[in-house]
Amino acid sequence: MMKLIVCIKQVPMVSELPWDSKTGTLRRELADGMMNPACRHALEAALQLKHEHGGHITAITMGPSVAEEILREAVAAGADRGILLTDRLMGGADTFATSYTLARAIEKTCPDFDLVLCGCHTSDSETAQVGPQLAEELDIPGAAYVEHLELDGSILRMQRLSDNFLETLEMDLPGLVTVTTQLYSPRYVSLSGVQDAFEKADIIFVSAEDIGLDRNRIGMKGSPTRISDVYSPTSDKKNIVMKGAARKIADQLFEKFGDRISGAIGKDLKTHDHEEEAEEEI
Amino acid sequence: MKKEIWIFGDYRNYFQNRVTLQLLAKATELAAQIEAKVCAVLFGCEVSEYVSEYIAHGADCVYVTDHPLLKDYSVEIYVALTEQLAKERKPEIILVGATSFGREFAPRVAKRLGTGLTADCIDLEIGDNGLLIQTAPSFGGNLLAKIVTPECRPQMATVRPGVFRELPHDCIRTARIERIPLPDDLPKARVRLICSERQAQRDQRLEDARVVVCGGRGMGTRSKFKKLFELARLMNGEVGATRPVVYSKWAEPESLIGQAGRHIRPKVLFSFGISGAIQHTAATHNAEFIIAVNKNPNAAMMKMADVAVVADANQVCTALIKELKERIRN
Repeated sequence: MMKLIVCIKQVPMVSELPWDSKTGTLRRELADGMMNPACRHALEAALQLKHEHGGHITAITMGPSVAEEILREAVAAGADRGILLTDRLMGGADTFATSYTLARAIEKTCPDFDLVLCGCHTSDSETAQVGPQLAEELDIPGAAYVEHLELDGSILRMQRLSDNFLETLEMDLPGLVTVTTQLYSPRYVSLSGVQDAFEKADIIFVSAEDIGLDRNRIGMKGSPTRISDVYSPTSDKKNIVMKGAARKIADQLFEKFGDRISGAIGKDLKTHDHEEEAEEEI
Repeated sequence: MKKEIWIFGDYRNYFQNRVTLQLLAKATELAAQIEAKVCAVLFGCEVSEYVSEYIAHGADCVYVTDHPLLKDYSVEIYVALTEQLAKERKPEIILVGATSFGREFAPRVAKRLGTGLTADCIDLEIGDNGLLIQTAPSFGGNLLAKIVTPECRPQMATVRPGVFRELPHDCIRTARIERIPLPDDLPKARVRLICSERQAQRDQRLEDARVVVCGGRGMGTRSKFKKLFELARLMNGEVGATRPVVYSKWAEPESLIGQAGRHIRPKVLFSFGISGAIQHTAATHNAEFIIAVNKNPNAAMMKMADVAVVADANQVCTALIKELKERIRN
């Protein structure tokens, strides 16, 4: 029986990110959480493999205790159990520390796994690095940005589009793939399914101590990178607002930004001389 | 010994090779500030033309392993070669183009070298303390983070293609070429390449355009949307479209500007009737100057614009066409 592991992450619901209108920044703490979109595709790929070949799916995530929600959602979709790595010591991890943490947890809780599936990237930090680094940590073959998977005995055949090359790859299992959002559209999980999963799902909470993690290699302490500043790229724009009749606006755009436009289009533009019309309409 | 900034030579197709040249240009600038030299690192089979090209575009030194066994791109093999070379030469910085290949290759190299990596950077600079400050977008470009690797070396980043400008080709430049032999203990790739087919090269007109006229459903109808083509033609620009427009068949799928479509960075972006879903803003936020037209002043695209015109997109488009025809000097 195939032992499949799907790594998932809870991310803020991007379409509903609350903006602070005064500072022009995101108020991430106010956003609702959801399962990262690409992780849903990875889960779907695992569910389809399980359907065809039989198997057992472990969904695993690292995050605060509320991340339990996405594990229950994964169970409602068809995963067999969920593992939540949650510990204050794990907070502030970059991809280097995250991949270490996930690898050790997988080795402890599911040492005889056949395949690890990850989403190709997350919608929040968008690094796409945890998958490849997890393959390194587990010392198994891995392929990123896989679009289609096919199991043939203990060999996994994969297709992907990599920088204009359509590649067919093979590897012996155990291995790791990161799955794109091209195929494997996630199945619909009904609300009642999630509710049932809340009552009966097998979710295991794991702390750093439970699996003997080296405190110096997890969380912020184990992360080589530091964020020195976070800001909104739009906040330094002037955001000039113009209103009025279309004809006047068109005229004003060229009067005010004619140089910039003419520089970009590579053509000379006349500037009109009509003082009275240029009265502050904007 | 002089510090080294390494640029991974990613040459498999035009787009990859361009980002390598762009990185050589940026590295030249950074190198001057930390008294380092710029080294291109290149693996492949019969790659001497790229060695010359990298030298002509700013490399002070090229490390090259040229061997028939390296004729196919392989993440595992390239990682092993880079790891070995980096442990020996200890570069200060390694920069890799954020191509599909680069984004799989670089995280593994960083892991092997025990160092940090910042993904898909859109800016790089040297801070007062000599550290490489790496600016990376998150939340589809709605936030930017400045990231440093204070202790570990090398400092590593993947960099989005198109954000830096390559230096002009200088065919009289010379540089040291160091040929690195293929190690005897090169591991066998565990991921086997069965076949690789080059896809038709996608044209880069939208990515390269200095002016992009982009339209959304706010243009009203398919026939009104067509006016954007005339406006674009007058400005030597290209037309881009949002996903709803492509779904409605007002525009070809090739013109989709979005996370799954094209990422653009024109000098001027005209945005007509686009509310600005995150997939779209992520792909347009590198535009130098944005003029957005929308009836809704609170649309995300209006908030991120330099000039937000609160009006009917179709009417403004018509007025701009008329105005341009009057103003363009022949």
